Amino acid sequence: MSRVTKFAARDPGAAARVAGFMAHLRNNGLRLGVSETDLALAALCEVNASHPDESRQALRAVCTGCKEEAAHFDSLFDSYWMDMGRVKQKIVQSSPSKGDDNVHSSRDARGEDTGSAGSVNTPDGVDGEAESEGEGRLIATEVRNLMRTDLRDLARPKDISEAEEVARRLGAALRDRRSRRRIAARKGDRLHFRKTIRASLATGGEPVRLIRKQRPDRARKIVALCDVSGSMTVYAQVFLAFLTGLMRSDVTADAYLFHTRLVRITEALRDKDTMRAIGRMSLMADGFGGGSEIGPSIAVFANTYAKRFVDARSVVLILSDGYDTAPPAVLDAGLGNLKKRGCKIIWLNPLKGWRDYAPVAEGMAAALPHLDIFSAANTLADLAALEREVMTL
Amino acid sequence: MTWTDLQTALSADGYVASDDLAVALHLALTLGRPLLLEGAAGVGKTQLAASLAAQRKTKLIRLQCYEGLDAAQAIYEWNYQRQLLTIRAAAEDGETGKAVEDRIFSRDFLLERPLLAAITQDVQPVLLIDEIDRADEEFEAYLLEILSEFQITIPELGTVTAVSKPIVILTSNGTRDLSDALRRRCLYSYVDYPDRQAELEILNARCPGIEARLGAQIVGFVQKLREEELEKVPGIAETLDFAAALMGLGIADLTSDPAALQHTLSTLLKTQSDRASITSEVADRIVGRAA
Repeated sequence: MSRVTKFAARDPGAAARVAGFMAHLRNNGLRLGVSETDLALAALCEVNASHPDESRQALRAVCTGCKEEAAHFDSLFDSYWMDMGRVKQKIVQSSPSKGDDNVHSSRDARGEDTGSAGSVNTPDGVDGEAESEGEGRLIATEVRNLMRTDLRDLARPKDISEAEEVARRLGAALRDRRSRRRIAARKGDRLHFRKTIRASLATGGEPVRLIRKQRPDRARKIVALCDVSGSMTVYAQVFLAFLTGLMRSDVTADAYLFHTRLVRITEALRDKDTMRAIGRMSLMADGFGGGSEIGPSIAVFANTYAKRFVDARSVVLILSDGYDTAPPAVLDAGLGNLKKRGCKIIWLNPLKGWRDYAPVAEGMAAALPHLDIFSAANTLADLAALEREVMTL
Repeated sequence: MTWTDLQTALSADGYVASDDLAVALHLALTLGRPLLLEGAAGVGKTQLAASLAAQRKTKLIRLQCYEGLDAAQAIYEWNYQRQLLTIRAAAEDGETGKAVEDRIFSRDFLLERPLLAAITQDVQPVLLIDEIDRADEEFEAYLLEILSEFQITIPELGTVTAVSKPIVILTSNGTRDLSDALRRRCLYSYVDYPDRQAELEILNARCPGIEARLGAQIVGFVQKLREEELEKVPGIAETLDFAAALMGLGIADLTSDPAALQHTLSTLLKTQSDRASITSEVADRIVGRAA
């Protein structure tokens, strides 16, 4: 575990290694510039850099910017400095799919075994690029589930641009909320007397500068939670395109996937390259198409992310069929907690489009009392039709 | 001064900092960068700034952020009333024109708000920007400019450049996501709830008179309580209140008087549903496990 990486003799020196480490962090999704490398070197000069723990703490303070990054940082640090992530060791020793070169499998190597392709954060060039390079590449985390579905097969660029349009209109329908209270604004419809009088002090009591006020636009934030368990696979194409479109059209939106656990995919979906964004998402959604634990996932969401990102101006959009393997009480409590934050909850269930559908699944029945809108959604057209319904929310 | 010295110096002032936090703070001091602290409420983010100011014997300048905070309340404002009075008085004395103008737009008529005050100190002060996530995004952008340049331009007076760069500490409770630009400029540290050992040290530093046995019981109880499903998890501040309450009531053993324990729980549990979920039986069970 704590073996320190031995660098080759031709290695140019400590500064280059730190620069390499920064590149490694960048590859793993941390947004760092040249000035951070500079700062990291300066920081290492201030502590006892030969001591692993001290340099770890120093680099963590410099390189991370939020709680998730700080939590992720340790494994990245280990993989670079502690000889944890050498592909030579990792892949050959622990991966069950060794011998890729000998066995000609019909499986697409990129999607099925992302571990070997270096990192999904870099655009995939030629197949098996990582193996063709002689020296070992670094990967940050262990490959947990090799039976991984490549979500890129599910979402096509054309769908996404359509979904983007739908998401934009839905967002606009939700957004246009006017507050009753007026606040100061440059182009207001009424005079802001209090501020005008206060400002007139500067001009000897003459109200020279008139300050106006207006009802502010209260942006509603959309938080989407998408179920990607096995039973939802057929609808995944629409929903993932919708999520991607939503993230591209709305900078305040927030997105999560869940199956047996919950992952935040907001950052990944914000990637400028659409297909790369979906590639990053498929790495995070490991376990895609497996079982579904809706209740626990919602409960986790309500107790963690919701505390930071959900308030009375949020609209929580849950895309799921309501087939939950966990007891319905958990879902009930989770949604109850979420509701306490004052948000609106919309549940889009693809099954509701079926004739004679009744929400008899225990999970769905438990959820119903907490929902503001419960509606069908199988296709993009259904989602677009939602526009009118959410206007009344 | 290394980070361990800093840690020792802070603990002499009654602030027990984790290694992580001490290194981040040390770097913030030596590299002259702002330090962004995040973490749950009541883990000692604000207290760190106060302890640092006390340890360095400098002034603590605090800017409490809130929605709608604007430049006039954060940076500077002219003292209009005084200016008007001066103009009246000057008119009666027959003084007019340029002389009056120069006088009323001088430093004497300027009301310094925290940010301007922080950059005009002779001795490097500690500037605490508390709960930055509550301020609007526009204000955050304004703050960025000040944090990178450490100068403020007042049209009537000219540019005020920092005499000594303040030590800047920002805290955030995460009610809103901060901009990447702000995060990039700052060093970052996430302050977590302390472990049992650290919390005991804090308790002993803050309540010096406490008996060792009761102290251990209190810390064990609170640590176990944090594992329960609560809406509002008690922080260190709550632990200290709890200890003070128990000492004030003269309770020397948590197990001895369940009724009194239940009464003092109001210092730890701050919502109605939390109070309801920790009944006297649950509290007894937690005390039992903690011991």
